[in-house]
Amino acid sequence: MTTSTHLVYLIALPLFSSLLLMLLGRLADKWGHLLATLVSATAFGIAATEFFAMQGRTGEARAATQKIFEWINVGSFKVDASLLLDQLSICFVLLITGVGTLIHIYSIAYMSHDENRRRFFSYLNLFIAAMLLLVLGDSYLNLYVGWEGVGLASYLLIGFWNQKPAYATAAKKAFVANRVGDVGLSLAIMIAFAQFGTVSFAGVKQAAHTASPAALTAIGAMLLLAAAGKSAQFPLQSWLGDAMAGPTPVSALIHAATMVTAGVYLVTRSNFIFDASKTAQLLVVIVGVITLLFGALIGTAKDDIKKALAASTMSQIGYMVLATGLGPIGYAFAIMHLLTHGFFKAGMFLGAGSVMHGMDDEVNMRRYGGISKVMPITAVTFGLGYLAIIGVPPFAGFYSKDKIIETAFNAGGVKGILLGGATLLGAAITAFYMTRVITMTFLGARRWDEKAHPHESPILMWAPMAILAIGSVASGFLLSSGSALVNWLQPVVNPANHTHAEEFLNPLVVSGLALAAVVVGVSIAVMKYRTVAVVAPADVSIFTRAARKDLYQDSFNEAVFMRPGQSLTSGLVSADEKIIDGAVRGVGASLVGGSGGFRKIQNGYVRTYALVMVVGVLALLTTIWMVTL
Amino acid sequence: MDIANYLYLSAFLFTVGAIGVVVRRNAIVVFMCVELMLNACNLAFVTFSRLHGNLDGQVASFFTMVVAACEVVVGLAIIVTIYRSRRSASVDDDSLLKR
Repeated sequence: MTTSTHLVYLIALPLFSSLLLMLLGRLADKWGHLLATLVSATAFGIAATEFFAMQGRTGEARAATQKIFEWINVGSFKVDASLLLDQLSICFVLLITGVGTLIHIYSIAYMSHDENRRRFFSYLNLFIAAMLLLVLGDSYLNLYVGWEGVGLASYLLIGFWNQKPAYATAAKKAFVANRVGDVGLSLAIMIAFAQFGTVSFAGVKQAAHTASPAALTAIGAMLLLAAAGKSAQFPLQSWLGDAMAGPTPVSALIHAATMVTAGVYLVTRSNFIFDASKTAQLLVVIVGVITLLFGALIGTAKDDIKKALAASTMSQIGYMVLATGLGPIGYAFAIMHLLTHGFFKAGMFLGAGSVMHGMDDEVNMRRYGGISKVMPITAVTFGLGYLAIIGVPPFAGFYSKDKIIETAFNAGGVKGILLGGATLLGAAITAFYMTRVITMTFLGARRWDEKAHPHESPILMWAPMAILAIGSVASGFLLSSGSALVNWLQPVVNPANHTHAEEFLNPLVVSGLALAAVVVGVSIAVMKYRTVAVVAPADVSIFTRAARKDLYQDSFNEAVFMRPGQSLTSGLVSADEKIIDGAVRGVGASLVGGSGGFRKIQNGYVRTYALVMVVGVLALLTTIWMVTL
Repeated sequence: MDIANYLYLSAFLFTVGAIGVVVRRNAIVVFMCVELMLNACNLAFVTFSRLHGNLDGQVASFFTMVVAACEVVVGLAIIVTIYRSRRSASVDDDSLLKR
């Protein structure tokens, strides 16, 4: 371990800038966005320096730590606020600061007409700081702080235009769904502390083999719940579609590239837990498979371009989660897909934002069509992202998704065939819905309003898109050539250096199958969407109807959780009013009534009191007389 | 003469005083009845002193007299003050504390 002295600046700079912009208020309106962008770029500079310094070191010395202060010191329980930058964290730090900076630049132009642009940038910086803390914390407790921080930033940014009630509700929905996951994380931390007496990654890793299988499974399941909440995985997936209410750069940064992948980070970081508990691992796989198909199916029917991309994000993260559930070999592939996905999905979201920017914030793809002629740069960058996500070689998604499909097949036996089949099916559906998106948006006949005047976006917007497009093209090859990323991450995620004992299918065959799936998906979409109706057809199959309704996820949540919850609370309210308040008020009322009765005895006449005294004395004397007789 | 007669007299006087306190409304009369009760007690004290052949009862009756004298001073002062302010010496009118 190397000790470092400037890791803290990665977090402190954006945090400080965010607070400064919030405190200065309107005073900072003129230059707030510039400061925020500069700070984000500086953080990227620090991250890049650290990355190169890290490459100069070897073995154990690669990871760097920094203790900021002693946080908790109670008896045998000690937690320091310290940071850990290892091979896994640096991937995230570079992604967060790099894509983050590009999106800051993009937002300068995208938000230029918004009078609250400074507030927006302040939140963006807050997000960067919290997300960096999440990936840099060296214990579950430090991670938890960042985890909550990104939840807050996400809430603030989804509800950035909170003057629209629907958007404010979407923010609340995301927050509530995330809270459910957060409960899982806090429970996992508590179980870990009860079992191991420590919550640091290193400590838990060292002690993991001493715990009972049940405890490990419990920790794993709770961590998975947390990951499902943050990463919009089944069964907590419903918030992501509504989170698209936020400004598009937010969707690109938080709800596509970085925050929603925090769940994948959590599972990967806790690899020692999941490797030790087969049950927890199986749960991860199940959640991943369900979500990757769930998201893909929703994506096939959405007409809102951002919601279609959000469904796609859900599905792609399903791929990553699935990969993390496939054991030590899967983690590196999950991170690889996460990084390439960060490029192409952020790029496509920015492309969608660019189209919306030119089309007066229209999001309905049925009102688009033929936009490639008026927005060529956007079309090209989006197209490169498209080729990357569906997995056409040599674009990024091909390398990363192919590896996941391959690993799924290699899981062995029936499980392997089922998982491999599901990933192939997912790849076909991905090709279908992404072709649908690109056909409806950029190709075909114009279907937009007479009033709309689509135009290419300014350079501040297309330059980040172009850089991300280059990433979508090249990142897959760079990360996988010579197994670069796999070897880089191996000390963290696969310390025992496992390799596949046997290959179920030849890698070339798997690639062939994946490509065949893509071709099938693309050709169905091309045939089906040669012409697009401006109004969504109503006489559609039951499957389309279900997908349009997000596979009834909201109806399910409403029927199973919301309605019973509401009747529970209203029941509790009436119980409170009738039983508890009734008891309290009853005691008061009976005392008032009783004392009112007693009050009548006190009539205020001296002679009455005297008579009572006389009678009392007589009674006393009589009693004494009777007793002594 | 039988010494018990003194006690009968004392009980009779006490009863007269007690009934007077309970049934009369004029503060002065009530006051006089209280004095009557005190003196009935004094008579009983003195009688018992004679009966037992020691002076304890007589001493107690002196105390009672002193207290009664003090009480007269305070009580009459109160009655006069109330009469001045309320033009009434009826004990039934002085029921302000009830409200």
